Amino acid sequence: MALLQISEPGQSPDPHQRRLAVGIDLGTTHSLVAAVRNGVAECLPDADGEVILPSAVQYLAGGGRRIGRAALAAQAGDPLNVVVSAKRFMGRGMADAAQAQQRLTNRLVEGNGMLAFDTHEGAKTPVEVSAEILASLRQRAEDSFDADVFGAVITVPAYFDDAQRQATKDAAHLAGLNVLRLINEPTAAALAYGLDSGSEGLYAIFDLGGGTFDVSLLRMQRGVFEVIAAAGDTALGGDDYDERLAALLLSEARAPALAALSRTERSVVLAAARQAKHALSLQPQTTVAVSGGGAQRSVTVTAAQFEAATAELTQRTISLLRKALRDAKLSKDDVQGVVLVGGSTRMPAIRREVQVLFGRPPLIDLDPDQVVAIGAAIQADALAGNTRESSPLLLDVIPLSLGIETMGGLVERIVDRNTTIPVAKAQEFTTFKDGQTAMAIHVLQGERELVADCRSLARFELRGIPPMVAGAARIRVTFQVDADGLLSVAARETGSGVEASVAVKPSYGLADDDIARMLRESFATAEVDMAARALREAQVEAERMVLATRSAIAADGDLLEAAERAEINALVEATLRSAEGSDHHAIEAAVKALANGTEGFAAARMNRGIRSALAGRSVEEV
Amino acid sequence: MKLDDDDFSLLGLPKRFALDRTALDERWRALQAEVHPDRFVADGGTAQRMAMQWAARLNEAYGRLKDPLRRAAYLCELAGQAVDPGSRTALPGAFLVQQLQWREQLEDAAEPGEIEVLADMVAAEEKRLLADVALAIDERADFQAAAGLVRSGMFIAKFREDVNHRLEAFEA
Repeated sequence: MALLQISEPGQSPDPHQRRLAVGIDLGTTHSLVAAVRNGVAECLPDADGEVILPSAVQYLAGGGRRIGRAALAAQAGDPLNVVVSAKRFMGRGMADAAQAQQRLTNRLVEGNGMLAFDTHEGAKTPVEVSAEILASLRQRAEDSFDADVFGAVITVPAYFDDAQRQATKDAAHLAGLNVLRLINEPTAAALAYGLDSGSEGLYAIFDLGGGTFDVSLLRMQRGVFEVIAAAGDTALGGDDYDERLAALLLSEARAPALAALSRTERSVVLAAARQAKHALSLQPQTTVAVSGGGAQRSVTVTAAQFEAATAELTQRTISLLRKALRDAKLSKDDVQGVVLVGGSTRMPAIRREVQVLFGRPPLIDLDPDQVVAIGAAIQADALAGNTRESSPLLLDVIPLSLGIETMGGLVERIVDRNTTIPVAKAQEFTTFKDGQTAMAIHVLQGERELVADCRSLARFELRGIPPMVAGAARIRVTFQVDADGLLSVAARETGSGVEASVAVKPSYGLADDDIARMLRESFATAEVDMAARALREAQVEAERMVLATRSAIAADGDLLEAAERAEINALVEATLRSAEGSDHHAIEAAVKALANGTEGFAAARMNRGIRSALAGRSVEEV
Repeated sequence: MKLDDDDFSLLGLPKRFALDRTALDERWRALQAEVHPDRFVADGGTAQRMAMQWAARLNEAYGRLKDPLRRAAYLCELAGQAVDPGSRTALPGAFLVQQLQWREQLEDAAEPGEIEVLADMVAAEEKRLLADVALAIDERADFQAAAGLVRSGMFIAKFREDVNHRLEAFEA
């Protein structure tokens, strides 16, 4: 039996030592990072005291980067090498980009079927651009706390599909962040508002950001936060209002249309429109200088004109709100409160329309720009194990249905939208021809019946089906969506046991090889030696596993026989010893052995949890 | 408590069609609060994987039990009377005639009001059918009859979806 280790006083590994866990709102136009400090979640400022980081990256000749305000300021002079609104292109291909082209000041290129921005530092994918922003926020948090970031909760629009979520996770990986969870922006906002404390009931979260619109209906009951329905549009946001206003300004100035302008002129006009939009949220009219086609004119625009030009956009948000209610089979009277999130909800027209629909003023106490990051930080702190009292549980849903292609270009739905995640669902299919030995599986996401109208997520093949008459083979296709909303699909012929599976790497996503290559090219972390990074990551993982194992033993050690406990202790010792060395392969192997060795213990603990939950219920009932 | 326990045992509810919806919701939430992967984020990959299996299994059971038609189909399956929606078993003639009439009415409907009337009719029919299912399963333990009713119910549910699509099309 291994000797028990006794640590020096004051040196004992405290399983409850605070871990720096951050919440990151990775937005279309701006991004923020927040963390819990002294029990309060707050957005972290940069050296200049600014909490908002514009989501803009400038690629400088010679390999340097400028991120945030400096990049944005350089946009007019260097439109090709400054990338903004990269979020709009996450997980998207060239075909999707067509409609966004006219506002874009960059040149798009295609590589491996994936879209990228052509800069003089080479083609940069939206994932790489987002990783620069994430890395910058991570640095800000580490400087601010003088500690390594243990993990991050990153928010995504509730309506993001699988490809967009996967791209976000890839970007975090590139930025060296351990993703504790991807959570939906509206859910994060609800947490920030403390709707989980004391206010049982149904809430609508209306989130209009720079580039995306989301509406979620949430029910809070007995410590569980359940998303009932989500609806939205990942290509509807403040940018669209800017564009409509820019078109209005250009036509008033009798200048050429937006699409006919040069890249530089376009970005100047869009910036002027954005300023005018902000002004019109505070005053009934404003005057801006508009240049285009060589001429410059001063144009006065009223709030009424602006609202008329954008009424269609506002109506779209209200229709989606109604759709969410319909999906949930609820009426607007069931809703106890409406929370407005996202800078674009500062527009008076939005506040007015929401108030008209619900017959009561929306909640706007918190800064709509900061509320998402703050909610993410609260959840990150809880997930990292920093909060002792039981934190609320978030039960989210998948926003869009998932299915596979069947004969005739039709989609067979396997998981319906608004199903609570995680979820696993299987369905059986069969062969179409006699002697068919392979089957193509085409995974799709969307609500329409035709393949052409849905988003293609992945294709893979099940091969080696024994030849049988048509309709005799039984192919079981299993869809599994994890708590981050990410999908993996497996197919199995049940007679022969032939199997094929894919972790769905979306059609426009990055392959693992791409990520490895990008890590090697080490963009944001150019100065960091890759080997050192691998070692550091392995050590952190080892530390995490050891802490987790020790606190599990402290809580439920009575479930273990003496021999089992000794074996686990030995594995812990081995892991600690290897972590002192500098061989990251050895550390990874020790961590893996510890994980395998504690599997039975983890299962026993989970069973105990379930029993106590059930027992708790029956006691209450008695 | 095992992953392959049936849905009712898993959620600690009696194995019958009549359901206490509040009890179902509460148990599902209480169990999720124990097993959800969010409770094991700091515990490494193994615990995460197991938590995900448990949480997905609970969501599967919850989804199946809260939908009356799926719950009935599941009870039939547990009793050895699997409802095969593709089966050629004939549906009652009167039912098929009614289905055809409904489809014609839906196609001819020119305004949302007419569709709403149809939607109300479908809802009433669904309610009646579920009352019959409850009798067949809970009173007579006649799973063959229940399976037949469930098959009819699936047609009605599909039709209700089409009705909703038409309504949505009008709103858009």
